[in-house]
Amino acid sequence: MSLNNEEFRPKIVAFCCNWCSYAGADLAGSSRLAYPADVKIIRVPCSCRVNPMFILRAFEKGADGVILCGCHPGDCHYSTGNYYARRRMTLLFSMLDYIGVENGRTRVEWVSAAEGVKFSQTMNEFVEKIHSLGKNVRLGDLRCRN
Amino acid sequence: MSSAKNQAEKIKEISGVNPLKCMKCGKCSASCPAFNEMDIKPHQFVSYVQNGDIEALANSKSLWKCLSCFACVERCPRDVQPGKLIDAARQLVVRQKGQTGLAPEEIPELLDPELPQQLLVSAFRRYRR
Amino acid sequence: MQRIGVFVCHCGSNIAATVDVKKVVEMVQMEPGVVHAEDYQYMCSEAGQAKIAAAIHEKNLTGIVVCSCSPRMHENTFRTAAQRAGLNPYMVEIANIREHCSWIHKDMEEATKKAVILARAAIAKVNLNTPLQPGESRVTKRALVIGGGIAGIQTALDIADAGYEVDIVEKTPSIGGRMSQLDKTFPTLDCSACILTPKMVEAAAHEKIKIYTYSEVEKVSGFVGDFTVDIRKKARSVDANKCTGCGVCQEKCPSKKAPSEFNRGLNTRSAIYTPFAQAIPNVPVIDRDACLKFKTGKCGVCEKVCQAGAIDYTQQDEIVTEKYGAIVVATGFDTIKLDNYDEYAYNQSKDVITSLELERIMNAAGPTKGHLERLSDGKHPHEMVFIQCVGSRCSDNRGKSYCSKICCMYTAKHAMLIRDKYPDVNVTVFYIDVRTPGKNFDEFYRRAVEEYGVNYIKGQVGKVILKPNGKLLVQGSDLLDNKQILKEADMVVLATAIEPEPSVRQIATMLTASIDTNNFLTEAHPKLRPVESPTAGVFLSGVCQGPKDIPETVAQAGAAAVKAIGLLAKDKLMTNPCTAKADELMCNGCSTCANVCPYGAISYEEKEVNDHGIRETRRIAVVNNALCQGCGACTVACPSGSMDLQGFSNRQIIAEVDAICR
Repeated sequence: MSLNNEEFRPKIVAFCCNWCSYAGADLAGSSRLAYPADVKIIRVPCSCRVNPMFILRAFEKGADGVILCGCHPGDCHYSTGNYYARRRMTLLFSMLDYIGVENGRTRVEWVSAAEGVKFSQTMNEFVEKIHSLGKNVRLGDLRCRN
Repeated sequence: MSSAKNQAEKIKEISGVNPLKCMKCGKCSASCPAFNEMDIKPHQFVSYVQNGDIEALANSKSLWKCLSCFACVERCPRDVQPGKLIDAARQLVVRQKGQTGLAPEEIPELLDPELPQQLLVSAFRRYRR
Repeated sequence: MQRIGVFVCHCGSNIAATVDVKKVVEMVQMEPGVVHAEDYQYMCSEAGQAKIAAAIHEKNLTGIVVCSCSPRMHENTFRTAAQRAGLNPYMVEIANIREHCSWIHKDMEEATKKAVILARAAIAKVNLNTPLQPGESRVTKRALVIGGGIAGIQTALDIADAGYEVDIVEKTPSIGGRMSQLDKTFPTLDCSACILTPKMVEAAAHEKIKIYTYSEVEKVSGFVGDFTVDIRKKARSVDANKCTGCGVCQEKCPSKKAPSEFNRGLNTRSAIYTPFAQAIPNVPVIDRDACLKFKTGKCGVCEKVCQAGAIDYTQQDEIVTEKYGAIVVATGFDTIKLDNYDEYAYNQSKDVITSLELERIMNAAGPTKGHLERLSDGKHPHEMVFIQCVGSRCSDNRGKSYCSKICCMYTAKHAMLIRDKYPDVNVTVFYIDVRTPGKNFDEFYRRAVEEYGVNYIKGQVGKVILKPNGKLLVQGSDLLDNKQILKEADMVVLATAIEPEPSVRQIATMLTASIDTNNFLTEAHPKLRPVESPTAGVFLSGVCQGPKDIPETVAQAGAAAVKAIGLLAKDKLMTNPCTAKADELMCNGCSTCANVCPYGAISYEEKEVNDHGIRETRRIAVVNNALCQGCGACTVACPSGSMDLQGFSNRQIIAEVDAICR
């Protein structure tokens, strides 16, 4: 267990679709728009590639927050992918909330390739929110702890 | 200097305005009905706050000539809203006197019979509770 | 077990300034599968790529992780380098430690830590990578250009001259676009029609170009090299094959009260009309909302006077389906609506006009036959005021945050032309900045001031007041003189911001091309791929991508054409091998995947399988690799978990998640 007096550094997984959000994150980078290093991005072809299992896995492995970013509704590179993602996540997040992973720890956000500013803002807000919620302990595998 | 800087920060905090957004187009001065009465013109408010020259702003005639009609706030293309800056500067002056508003006996001295009394209205708008 | 090589790039100081590159190299060597790690100044350089090739040979690498800039930048570079060295290109993964790390973090320790984690995630993924083989797809050697303005015409001409078929789809009755509405063009003051009309004629006469006017793109399916497009040809009510373009129908039409779109509503046109005299094709259209025959059933004058018998009231919209290899978007722009700008009195006075309206007034074929006059009373103006940046550079919610780019120059042009033709008219321009970056642009603006005596005042206008005597009172500021100015004017011209033609939104959605918050189409790379959309096979021409003047538009149109020709010249395209694949033993043929597939790429086969010794015939999903685009929707929908996406498999992504959360 990490020391209590150490500053809480959350583990945050961000799934970004290749066409909009990943490019938006790139733009945030090339525009030097800072957000906390706690956010780590995983590139997926489309937000609809994100299996709820991936998110459960992240929480199980100790992630404190998971955010899924995709193209704006109607702008999906594959036409409809983000609609599937939206429905799946709505369901998953309400289930997660039910088992104690608060809604603040999960988020879906639409970020286009041109929205570097929005990407950075969203990540800053999200990390702040996770800070206010503290460490996620609900889904962690207790057997691995000592 | 640092106190001037603090004051500038205070003005930004009270007004919620970011002076750096100003592109110096002058639409505020073009809109201002009290322009000719002012010694520091609306478009200059921003630079005074940016430069931290709050003392000049606090001692200016403009502080009390602004009608708070908010035409500049309404029309500013960059959301800088100089009217809010001067409103904040006015509050700063009032607060420095250790008050939360103007004392009734101070008002007649500041009244200008030539100008409509929107300032008073705006003061009421701000201080009513 | 893979044998992985990790290559960490300094990117000069871009990465090395905030990420301790040596530390990353040291840390990743402890990861499973890593047998080689090194850093270098510029991995993408020839020397950097040579290092990768050498390591592949020496250490027998089976997988590679490059810690560098975004994969959107150099993934292809490194894959090609690996391929040249004999490795399957899909065994390469990129850890983005520049855009997602060094550029956004300041603290070296923190950034280094993050870089190591990102590298670990990529290593974990490569451990599960398998070699993939791209398939092939054919290229239809025909291009579609959406929009028939100068951008679309130029692109079509360039593609056609290279020997490929091109179709232009234009939604108005004639090609020509905004340029046909202009009177003169800056900075040489050429007559716009004189330089545009020959191009229109050339396009119409070109044997490789087919023009669909009064038509709109209705549906787009397919992908690069093989798009299928439905084009709606709106009913013209005139048979284009019979019409001789004599114009008698327009003359005799009794319904002449429809506002003329071409003249920006400043005057009216007949219900049967061609937008302007040089229209191509010179075949009129019946505006069914204005036509008496369609509204009341009584009239039919045009049918009676038409000697060619071309009028056909029964004509219906027609859908044409055509295949294309490349699509160029050239939808252009419109001026913004001024409803949010009450202070300029645009909606209150006819004498407050936009610059595009002035363009029509100055034109000999315009509503005033080219005479400068007030639209309210027809009087000649003596004082004219131009207001710059109306709706441009506005970060409030009323206007557009960008600079419209062309206004400074066309205002100088208007001011100069008016002073030249009517020396008795005083012209005042209120400006915030005069922006004239372009060849001979600043000289042009200075000529307006120095030779033509145009009065430029630095300051914005706060309000335009309509006076009872019909004159306009302009209240502006003169920032250099620190004065407020009240100026009486006869006419006020607003340099109104431009915005992408609103219909571009639907077109972008149909093409799945990305669009920014201002509705401008996004380019694949802002500097290095400025005429390509991130969607393969879609190219951008003209103002749909960003504000531009005519020379820039023509240059970009040519560039877009070259990109399209480059695509059409290929016989076959390599397809993305990252496609979905069903595990035969797990698939139960439920059809869930086929229901979510946007491309219809999944079908079912009765197939004999050997499930642990049990031989039986089962219904199994089969993915058509030529159609699958690799979105992965099916992989999540699949209830048995048999569907997986190659290159982004469940195990690979979970491995990344694990590496990040470790």
